[in-house]
Amino acid sequence: MRKVVAGADEAVKDIPSGATLMLGGFGLCGIPENCIAALVKSGVNNLTCISNNAGVDGFGIGLLLEQKQVKKMISSYVGENAEFERQLLSGELEVELVPQGTLATRCMASGYGMPAVYLLAGYGTEVAEGKEIREFNGKQYLLEYAFDSDFAIVKAWKGDTMGNLVFKDTARNFNPMMAMAGKITIAEVEELVQPGELDPNNIHVPGIYVHRIFQGNDYEKRIEQRTVRKKSA
Amino acid sequence: MALNKEQIAKRIAQELQDGFYVNLGIGIPTLVANYIPEGVDVVLQSENGLLGMGPFPLEGEEDPDLINAGKQTITTIPGSAFFDSAMSFGMIRAGKVHLTVLGAMEVSENGDIANWKIPKKMVKGMGGAMDLVAAAKNIIVAMQHTNPKGESKLLPKCSLPLTGVGCVKKIVSDLGVFDVTPDGFVCIEYAPGVTIDEIKAKTAGKLTIAPDVKEMTL
Repeated sequence: MRKVVAGADEAVKDIPSGATLMLGGFGLCGIPENCIAALVKSGVNNLTCISNNAGVDGFGIGLLLEQKQVKKMISSYVGENAEFERQLLSGELEVELVPQGTLATRCMASGYGMPAVYLLAGYGTEVAEGKEIREFNGKQYLLEYAFDSDFAIVKAWKGDTMGNLVFKDTARNFNPMMAMAGKITIAEVEELVQPGELDPNNIHVPGIYVHRIFQGNDYEKRIEQRTVRKKSA
Repeated sequence: MALNKEQIAKRIAQELQDGFYVNLGIGIPTLVANYIPEGVDVVLQSENGLLGMGPFPLEGEEDPDLINAGKQTITTIPGSAFFDSAMSFGMIRAGKVHLTVLGAMEVSENGDIANWKIPKKMVKGMGGAMDLVAAAKNIIVAMQHTNPKGESKLLPKCSLPLTGVGCVKKIVSDLGVFDVTPDGFVCIEYAPGVTIDEIKAKTAGKLTIAPDVKEMTL
């Protein structure tokens, strides 16, 4: 089992221009910060990125967009990124908007070895255009295909050298099913431990799905909408 | 007087029933959590992967790994559970979530909803809205009755790209409460100080006034 790599640069070094990547995270929560930074540094371009969001200006996938490394984004919500909107409206960037549950389930299908699934979301909307529709129990479903990605890049809280992963709180989000869907899956973790240190009953993604793992550093964990209540409330 | 956002939220909170699992969308729907009636136990679902969402954290206790679907920092309540996005939408799709409350730009008299795109102007994406409206058993829309130009947002047919078809069951607007029926919008309550004539004038879609229509109590 030689899954441990030295760091993000080594983990992403064979990702070629034109590759299709899955990137975990919801908003800026649970995103693979170290690998994104390494991709920015490597300068690969023409990437197709499957990710729920596209980061914000100056952080997350926003950094890849600024350097025009992304050819196509497949996302459910891209609202917080002005550079994204500019590239989209000018036609520089190709965008496929996918309902969030459909996005998650198309990743899941891939990790479970299912070529396609029938889903409710988007029937009667422009999302359904060109898709096969089939009725089950009186309801109309769209045929949605499993995603095909070259690399999945995820962020976990803890991982061991066997590749087993554990996530924290809502930073789990898309990371598990993307980890399961990559032809090659790269996991960056906040804490890398030895086999036996994680409780086998509480593994979120078993190591069989993970090909490369390393302990990341300097996590910024930027908060998009810091919202608090007063002590008196 | 038309209702303000807090009052719309307060009225929607009256629809909550003990034991409900509820998904609240961004904006006015989020405010509904502040008015859960005494003795009514509901569990809030956040579609990024949490059941049992608590209030916003105290200052200094924000955790970047713990956010809601609007990307706001939040807390959990005792008995909460985390899960991944596939399971989150699995429970939504399987009809386990009893009630979804969300905002809308337009609703049509047959219950179609548009809330994710204005062609050539705004493309933020649908997020989880299409999944939620396609699957939830009961959908209440919280919205302003008219747009800033004073034009009705309750229409015969939506003009904007749809989020879902025939799915909205009830609307709480700043003017009243409306059931969406096979016979169009049915006004069942009017906001205090709002007249039936005003509601009729500001509703472009097919509207009937329930025989037992009454003033809203907040």
